[in-house]
Amino acid sequence: MKDPVIDLEHVRVQYGRQIILEDISMTVGEGEFIVMLGPNGAGKSTLLKLLLGLVRPSAGVVRVLGSPPRRGNNAIGYAPQHRVLEADLALRARDVVGFGLDGNRWGPGLPSRKRDAIIDKALLEVDAADFAGVPVGQLSGGEQQRLLIAQALLTNPRLLLLDEPLANLDINHEQEIVELVAQVCRARNVAVMLVTHDINPLLTVADRVLYMAGGRGAIGSPDEVITSATLSQLYGTPVEVVHALGRVFVVGAET
Amino acid sequence: MFDILQYTFIQNALLAGSCVAVVAAVAGYFMIVRGLTFAGHALPNIGFAGAAGAVLLGIDPVIGLFVFTIVAAIGIGFLGERINGRDTVVGIIMTIALGLGILFLSLYAGFAERVYSILFGQIVGISHADVLVTIISSTVTLAILLVLFRPLLFSSFDPEVAEARGIPVRLLAILFLVLIAITVSLAVQVVGALLVFTLLVGPAATAVRIVQRPLWAIVIAIVLGVCYTCLGIFLAAISVNWPVSFFIATISFGVYLPVRLLSQLWIGRRARQKVTLTQNGVFSSGQADEQEQSTSVETMGRIQGKSL
Repeated sequence: MKDPVIDLEHVRVQYGRQIILEDISMTVGEGEFIVMLGPNGAGKSTLLKLLLGLVRPSAGVVRVLGSPPRRGNNAIGYAPQHRVLEADLALRARDVVGFGLDGNRWGPGLPSRKRDAIIDKALLEVDAADFAGVPVGQLSGGEQQRLLIAQALLTNPRLLLLDEPLANLDINHEQEIVELVAQVCRARNVAVMLVTHDINPLLTVADRVLYMAGGRGAIGSPDEVITSATLSQLYGTPVEVVHALGRVFVVGAET
Repeated sequence: MFDILQYTFIQNALLAGSCVAVVAAVAGYFMIVRGLTFAGHALPNIGFAGAAGAVLLGIDPVIGLFVFTIVAAIGIGFLGERINGRDTVVGIIMTIALGLGILFLSLYAGFAERVYSILFGQIVGISHADVLVTIISSTVTLAILLVLFRPLLFSSFDPEVAEARGIPVRLLAILFLVLIAITVSLAVQVVGALLVFTLLVGPAATAVRIVQRPLWAIVIAIVLGVCYTCLGIFLAAISVNWPVSFFIATISFGVYLPVRLLSQLWIGRRARQKVTLTQNGVFSSGQADEQEQSTSVETMGRIQGKSL
């Protein structure tokens, strides 16, 4: 039997006395699309860092594709929450994507046709070929997000970790990115773990939802997890889940 | 007029100046990409304090220059981990160093001629041994920068992903600051502490506005830096007593200003035009979508407002 992509058993992460994650257990299979939800400080980014080997568990077992997590694992593609810097003027879209290919190697790197061809292909996959030569500082949030996804895909990962790829996007671009990620997930059979604040744009594509609150998590289909009962238990206070206009709203949770 | 090129001291100045200009241009490119240009102003001032201290102790001011800039670079590297607070850390370290420098100067009884030359540059008086030291340190610094090239660029743009990909991001940041400190100490001897910024950041800031491909930007920065330096030394030599650093700073500014003002005409333009040409139809329909979207967002806002 194949190893699961992610296997967590009773994982706890704590810094000193502060517990960030408590008793997280879950298994993610090949090509699964997992959406991670939850308020700020719920431990979402810490969970991603755990899988990347940037944070160590204080207790429990973490396995990524059958092995303990480690830095520099090419089987994981990662795109963190991105902020735009003024300095981004100095790099073109294709340079950013190229980091995914050989950004971790020493030396200046020589230009080569083969390298260009690989980057062109990656740009095409995320529909970014049109702005390959534009400085990244001049691209919109959605365009930059495409580049970060292309960069994360360049090592042919089995697991794609996307931290808030929909933040700061308008609804049009949000939908484009959701479709792009869903397509990549199906076409490459790569497992996706996507962090977001709003489940609604992802309801049709998510296989399962991981809802985090106060360091604990609940995982299951959206219908199982996003219910008043489950979320009230998770938050430890009464929470109401409202279905309206074909959308889901969680009320009373953030206060 | 070109006779002056036959003098050994002019040849020495041109040689040492060009070496420094090459390293400074490459280091300056990475400083711009990393948002570290303020350190390019602070480190030379810190170096001045080191030089003043060395004079007071009766040792070679160049040693004080190197020691102070490198120690400060390591300090900035450790304290200024987070990008938001980094300029504050740099500024605070600079002011304490400047305070020390002023103290050292006032404690020193005589006229500190060598400290004066650290402030304003002394390239035309550079000795043969100094040229040799400059060439060797420039080559070593440049070689290290080339080895670090890709991981440095990657970790400047996206430190989190770079760290996840196994790049020692923090170590790289400190190592880079030390390389800047060495470059600054070399450049101080050409243009002086007050004007190092012009050689370090000037050519690279101009280059990134001309081209966006990293390798080309660095090549252009090197060409500009070497031209400014050689032209500055040449003009200073024929003008008899106008200082080299004045000419270099003036040329650097004179090139940067028009490029900065005119660069809006070409940055991203060519590539953008391609987008609108290939996607003309899609582009206009996209705008219509956006209008629809904005009305639906408004309705959403009202509904949410009621339900709360």
